[in-house]
Amino acid sequence: MMEPGLYQILFISAALFFTGVYGFLTRRNLITMLMSVELILNSVNLNFIAFNKYLWPQKMDGLFFTLFVIAIAAAEAAVAIAIIINLYRSHNSIDVENAEDLKY
Amino acid sequence: MNITQILVGSLSVITLFSALMVIISRNPVHSVLWLIVTFFSISGHYIVLNAQFLAIVNIIVYAGAIMVLFLFVIMLMNLNRETEPQKNKWLKLAGVLSGGSLLLVIVAALHTGDIKAMAQVKEGDIGLIGTLGKELFSTYVVPFEISSILFLSAMVGAVVIGKKE
Repeated sequence: MMEPGLYQILFISAALFFTGVYGFLTRRNLITMLMSVELILNSVNLNFIAFNKYLWPQKMDGLFFTLFVIAIAAAEAAVAIAIIINLYRSHNSIDVENAEDLKY
Repeated sequence: MNITQILVGSLSVITLFSALMVIISRNPVHSVLWLIVTFFSISGHYIVLNAQFLAIVNIIVYAGAIMVLFLFVIMLMNLNRETEPQKNKWLKLAGVLSGGSLLLVIVAALHTGDIKAMAQVKEGDIGLIGTLGKELFSTYVVPFEISSILFLSAMVGAVVIGKKE
């Protein structure tokens, strides 16, 4: 039974990663920037699982790395959203162009 | 062209399309909904790659918890298409250039590689919860406990940052 090759999964992961990078660079809305970071983290997870499955099928280190990446992403999203809510309270907007108090 | 290849191909198309829609759509609520579609199709990839437990964790944690948090915050701030900030044209160009050239480099590097690995999709019980749990509480017990400390500090930090002065 022929299966999908490693390169197909790696290509999807690379495309997801750069979709995330493009979104992070172009969106000015903090929430969508955070969503782009989640896309990037998911592409990394996909890479870990694909390498684990194709190259070292007897080990499970990639699965655990993915598990910890998911855990850290959850913690990061919670703290980032608290910061965004605080920013919205003080500036009444979540546009990153308006958050320039530290710049001058 | 068997059933697995068709499945993976359609999952890949759905993943890439919905990831693009996350970035393209002007309304943040639509972005979140497309992101949920992306997470579900990535979970489909995990199932094909024999990581069943991670697929379930991905759906529960990402599509269940994090996306609900995002949706609540977006509705709390009353964000919609009108309040979406306008993009700078040069910034967009810079994003296309950097993202596209990096993607080109990665695809070229993948193209010249010579790994001919093919996985047996239906074999192995590595991704099942029993084997994962045994390994997690023996080899990986220290990172597991450290991540619990991380969650505690993240929870305290979120409450302290988010409370009113």
